[in-house]
Amino acid sequence: MARRSSPQVNAGSMADIAFLLLIFFLVTTTIETDSGINRKLPPMDELIDPPIIKERNIFTVVVNKYNQLLVEEKPMEINEIRQAAIEFLDNGAGIGEEECSYCKGNKDPDSSDNPEKAVISLKNDRETSYKVYIAVQNELVAAYNQLRDREFRILYPNLGLSFVEANKRYSDPRTSPSEKENLKPKLSVIKLMYPQKLSEAEPSKTN
Amino acid sequence: MSKFKKKKSSELPPVNTASLPDIVFMLLFFFMVATVMRDSTLMVNNSLPAADQIQKLDKKDRVMYIYAGKPSSRYVDKYGDQPRIQLNDKFASVSEVAAFVLAERASKRQELQNVLTTALKVDGETNMGLISDIKQELRKVNALKINYTTRVGEYSQNID
Repeated sequence: MARRSSPQVNAGSMADIAFLLLIFFLVTTTIETDSGINRKLPPMDELIDPPIIKERNIFTVVVNKYNQLLVEEKPMEINEIRQAAIEFLDNGAGIGEEECSYCKGNKDPDSSDNPEKAVISLKNDRETSYKVYIAVQNELVAAYNQLRDREFRILYPNLGLSFVEANKRYSDPRTSPSEKENLKPKLSVIKLMYPQKLSEAEPSKTN
Repeated sequence: MSKFKKKKSSELPPVNTASLPDIVFMLLFFFMVATVMRDSTLMVNNSLPAADQIQKLDKKDRVMYIYAGKPSSRYVDKYGDQPRIQLNDKFASVSEVAAFVLAERASKRQELQNVLTTALKVDGETNMGLISDIKQELRKVNALKINYTTRVGEYSQNID
């Protein structure tokens, strides 16, 4: 069978295509950054007289060495803890000066007065597995975030963002300074409404 | 019989290789940009636990890393299989953490020294005892901002 010779391919534009691809990849790849749960440790110098917190304002979470959870003296599965924490934080049983106008909880007198008073105390054993500990931390942070999201959407509906998204925007270096200025007071208002009071007690020794 | 003779040779023309350097350079640039340099070789197993309520750890210049976990398989003979701390390129004991933090802090620029974050890259299979010890050491040197580095995922992946 007679074959026709193919004409020379013009390679002049190859370099252009190569650069086009290069620029495409340059723009689309993001260098991988680490991410995780941020925490702040308490300072070493012990307070001489620690503030007195009412028992009902403390939400105790204990993880034992078998990775089992004890929440407010009751055993619990990890998937229930987010809801339990939300109910505790959003309870708002306080009256008078301690009233919480934005809480939507059950106002159970045996639970927290208002979110500013509510403290979550997380205690673990030395033999608790790190994975489970992180899962619990994650769920507790999720409870705070869920409440903050709700209030953020109520207070600033025209932004169309949740608290978490707005916070991400705020910490993104690509966001313009004017937008940051705009977001900053809004974020701090929400943070004051539901302050993240998560205390990590020193672990108990296994006997 | 010239009717049946081909006008030219039937061979295909050779592929033009003039653009080969471009392609090679493109690949080179791509990898140069996309690779994250790891400044210390990992000597511990480091499968991070999963979490989804996470914040990004931007600005690499204000982060110091503490690794912990079981020694990797080629170090098991020498260091045993109990979880250990790795600072920079070598295994360390808990008491060395404070000195490491102070050294790291001194190596950073003045204005960054107060805003440093300690990223704890700890293997999921580690016991909390070791982490609590690290946290106590960090409190001693007033390095209070920490970050439990995780990978992105549902918390349920952490529970067997």
